Amino acid sequence: MRRPLPFPTAALATVAAVIAAALLAPALAGAATPRASLTDIENDVICVSCHEPLALAQSPQAESERAFIRMLIAQGQTKAQIEQALVAQYGLAVLGRPPAHGFNLTVYILPPALVIAGLALLAFTLPKWRRRARAAAATPLPAGPRLDAADARRLDDDLRRHG
Amino acid sequence: MRRFVLPGLVVCAAAALLALLVFGVARQSTDTSIDVAVAKGRRPATPDASMALPILGAAGKESLTDLRGKVVVLNVFASWCDPCKAEAPVLEQAQRQIQRRNATILGVTYLDNSSDSEQFVRQQHITYPVVRDVSGNFVRAFGTTGVPETFVIDRRGRIAALRRYQLNSQWLQQTLPKLLAERS
Repeated sequence: MRRPLPFPTAALATVAAVIAAALLAPALAGAATPRASLTDIENDVICVSCHEPLALAQSPQAESERAFIRMLIAQGQTKAQIEQALVAQYGLAVLGRPPAHGFNLTVYILPPALVIAGLALLAFTLPKWRRRARAAAATPLPAGPRLDAADARRLDDDLRRHG
Repeated sequence: MRRFVLPGLVVCAAAALLALLVFGVARQSTDTSIDVAVAKGRRPATPDASMALPILGAAGKESLTDLRGKVVVLNVFASWCDPCKAEAPVLEQAQRQIQRRNATILGVTYLDNSSDSEQFVRQQHITYPVVRDVSGNFVRAFGTTGVPETFVIDRRGRIAALRRYQLNSQWLQQTLPKLLAERS
């Protein structure tokens, strides 16, 4: 049978557990939903008046956009929530990556389609080229014209001199 | 014949890519047809007149069609824009003068967040209606690329004058009386 802890020890253990929980709770919450940072968001959104990444833009509109993001970060909003709020205020153009519909679809479809088409082209043409190269290597070269005696002598002399 | 199939396909794909590039670039270019028409003395119809935009700081929406019969001075602005700040008192003064004559200024915030726009309206003591163009589609139809820009719309919903930069009271005094005197 376990002996109950004496009162002061039990009280101390409870207080220690409460303090530990209070200290760990924000850290655990932070681990679950990482805190948004201006630097991170700046790289993913556009300055809507100057059409360049917010991280690079220095226009008055960019400063206003940054101040708006800072305010939302101070409110404890996540990156996703902040991006949503930015779209509500500035429209979809504020996102660095355009939404996947309409003409914007080409941004998502075209690059992989080009890679696939390129690979298909290589898969189709490479075996053909290799077959052609092998066939060419197998075919003996036609014999050249025979050397006359004077040319054969001169060739031998040259080979001796430089060999 | 078969040896032309592959080069033909490659050429077709390259041509399609080029066409896509031309189409994409053409879509980005600014429409100056309104400027050209007004410069020639014509009055083009307002584009997207029926597009309802949310009213700043209030529930509900407003479109240019709702204001048909009135002379409308459509002013595109943003709170971060210094020329917009400079012209706001001129527009507010004009509003007090023209609202009795069945006319109004209509502010359109563009590339701005609503809290900053609302603060701007309070600081500049603006009393005329202000709507928000979040997507920018409404003002882009007017060929707008920046702020401030102002369009004067007659009682029949046609653009009679425009200014692609900061306005002043002289410009309004030159532009408005003739339009205010017109009947719908």
